Amino acid sequence: MTGQHAAGQRFSGIDDVAARLEAAGYLSDDSIATVVHLADRLNKPLLVEGPAGVGKTELAKAIAQTLGFEMIRLQCYEGVDENKALYEWNYKKQLLRIQAGQGAGWDELSEDIFSEPFLLERPILKAIRSKEPCVLLIDEIDKLDFEAEALLLEVLSDWQVTIPEMGTLHAQQLPFVVLTSNNERELSEALKRRCLYLYLDYPTTEREKQIVLQRVPGITETLAEQVVRVVKSIRELELKKAPSIAETLDWASTLLHLTITTLDAEAIRRTMPVLLKFQSDLEKAKDHLKIKEP
Amino acid sequence: MLDRVLEFSEALREAGIPVAASESIDALRTLDHIGLEQRTSVKEAFAATMVKSGPQRTAFDTLFDLYFGTGRGPEALDLRDADDDPVTAEQLLEELRAVLTGGDPSAMSDIARRAVAQLGRLGSSSREWYSNYEVLRALDLTSLLGRLSDEIPDTLSATERQILQDELERRAREFKDAVLRETRRRVAEHRGAKAVASYAVQPLPEDLNFLSATADMAELRRAVRPLARKLATRVAMKRRRATRGHVDLRRTVRHSLSTGGVPMEPILRHRAPHRPELFVLCDVSSSVSRFARFALMLTHALSAQFSRVRSFAFVDTIDEVTRFFEHEDFLAAIDRMNEEALVVSDDGHSDYGTVLERFLDHYGADVGPKTTLLILGDARTNYRSRKTEALRELAAKARHVYWLNPEPIYDWDTGDSAASEYAAHVDDMVEVRNLRQLEDFIATRL
Repeated sequence: MTGQHAAGQRFSGIDDVAARLEAAGYLSDDSIATVVHLADRLNKPLLVEGPAGVGKTELAKAIAQTLGFEMIRLQCYEGVDENKALYEWNYKKQLLRIQAGQGAGWDELSEDIFSEPFLLERPILKAIRSKEPCVLLIDEIDKLDFEAEALLLEVLSDWQVTIPEMGTLHAQQLPFVVLTSNNERELSEALKRRCLYLYLDYPTTEREKQIVLQRVPGITETLAEQVVRVVKSIRELELKKAPSIAETLDWASTLLHLTITTLDAEAIRRTMPVLLKFQSDLEKAKDHLKIKEP
Repeated sequence: MLDRVLEFSEALREAGIPVAASESIDALRTLDHIGLEQRTSVKEAFAATMVKSGPQRTAFDTLFDLYFGTGRGPEALDLRDADDDPVTAEQLLEELRAVLTGGDPSAMSDIARRAVAQLGRLGSSSREWYSNYEVLRALDLTSLLGRLSDEIPDTLSATERQILQDELERRAREFKDAVLRETRRRVAEHRGAKAVASYAVQPLPEDLNFLSATADMAELRRAVRPLARKLATRVAMKRRRATRGHVDLRRTVRHSLSTGGVPMEPILRHRAPHRPELFVLCDVSSSVSRFARFALMLTHALSAQFSRVRSFAFVDTIDEVTRFFEHEDFLAAIDRMNEEALVVSDDGHSDYGTVLERFLDHYGADVGPKTTLLILGDARTNYRSRKTEALRELAAKARHVYWLNPEPIYDWDTGDSAASEYAAHVDDMVEVRNLRQLEDFIATRL
């Protein structure tokens, strides 16, 4: 292990985490603040799991912002392999080098084409080699193939990347790693064991109200309260896709733009498509809230 | 502290949360960075190192409260206060009413604490026991809820009334949980955490009827959709992977132009995945109906992975129920199926022989070499004719026939069960007693 997080920018305690995240526009709770604090102190990656739209990615962004670190992001999808996650040899450039260097000896040439200028950095290698401390966000890791997941293990536990032609590269500065998952599939035990686990669920009514007040400037407290209460009721139904925080915020700003100040049945009926995206969910919610079509 | 954490890890493992030794160590290490006096922080820190999925968190919370919620903390003081402070059910109800109708929610745990101390005690002082059931009975929460929802003013719109009603019910649920937690804490105080841990995570059967029998059902239903999504990903991935290894020559040559004609990356051919046709035959007689519903929900949620899914329900006669599931909503589909499908013609006892024969007569022509047949039932024939030859004929026509049996293997072939006789004619008969086994089956066989 070589580096430490930059001194002076580290969090000083759980309350400090909460305060600084809030200053960065992210309202945390006990659970979030404690786990972020621990991830910082123990230098462990943070695995954030939970339904879509509860602010997993936002958390990583807020951490980067409040620590003043650069954020390096690896967006996972099926088919991401080491060439896209770790590093790749720039073989086109290598070919050119071979053609340009006709007549050069084999030893010299092979030494040359497997060196720094021919290496393409991908997000993880970039985070490892970064001179400045950074936040590495590995987003939607559950989209990754099962085999590709193993690629991450070396990085996450030993903070190093091994490139066969060049040797092992150690981290200059330990990155603050945040992994997010929508739980589309079960992640491997090995990966989970290396991380601190944080399950983000839908917030309590009170916290969600605070989030709405903070993120939708100009909204009145009464309207914010009405909004989150309706959302809470809707979330208790068995829906295909329950409204996320992001959708609550969208809904609140929609209401604001339409200059709706009190939420009555008619206002809900007109604007609910912002909140629910499936026809069957919409009907279920209208039915439950006893909203009649005109 | 070390011993306590290790005991706690042991209890978690018994509750089905796999906690590795290294994770217990991690949990202990977090204590260097967190004040022990901050109980919630310790709880969150332990959860971060020991819990590995959302649903495990409930069990973790229960056990944490048992192992670390008692002792010489401020809560022990409250305990004595609560014992000394006699309150009547009426007083508590009055306070509860205030909390349920929008008062300060933090008062709820205090009410629960006093309610359990005063109303929940059973047995003599030497063998003290507490029961959440007693508390809820003494308070008569149900009729309080009824009164409160009658009090919601009619002047409000229907929508507003519904929202208030939802909030009322939510708070009542929270109160019930608080009472349950407090009851367990008290019992743990007298009997030790371990004694409570052994049943707390999976509640006693008699408790189950009252508090969680319906909740349980809803929880299972909620588990179906994420499970279906996961399975769809897995099945799709498996199919995709199966197409690896066939080189598409044309595209490989085309792509090699960018590397000066050297084919550095082979491009693989995309083959249209084989999508079997799925026929599901479900026994919906009362003994196995719950299982049948989940299996139906799951297969229809996965319908995109098959070229066609057709489902049939039967008791002593069989009817096609596919049409109900074309509608998007599972629950509505199940309800309609229960009401409208013609599955009983005689006495309402399963009759596998007749059903298999009728299926062969009516739908046998549709079963072909692309069809996978899934039969869900306990193979209990009620001592009627078994008609195994009908099953044999179906098996000969179909690509695969699987039988999912919700009975434990050791009960097969006892009494009127014809399990092994039917099993002889199908590709495999599999024991499927819970969602996990159902998931395994779908992921590996379909």
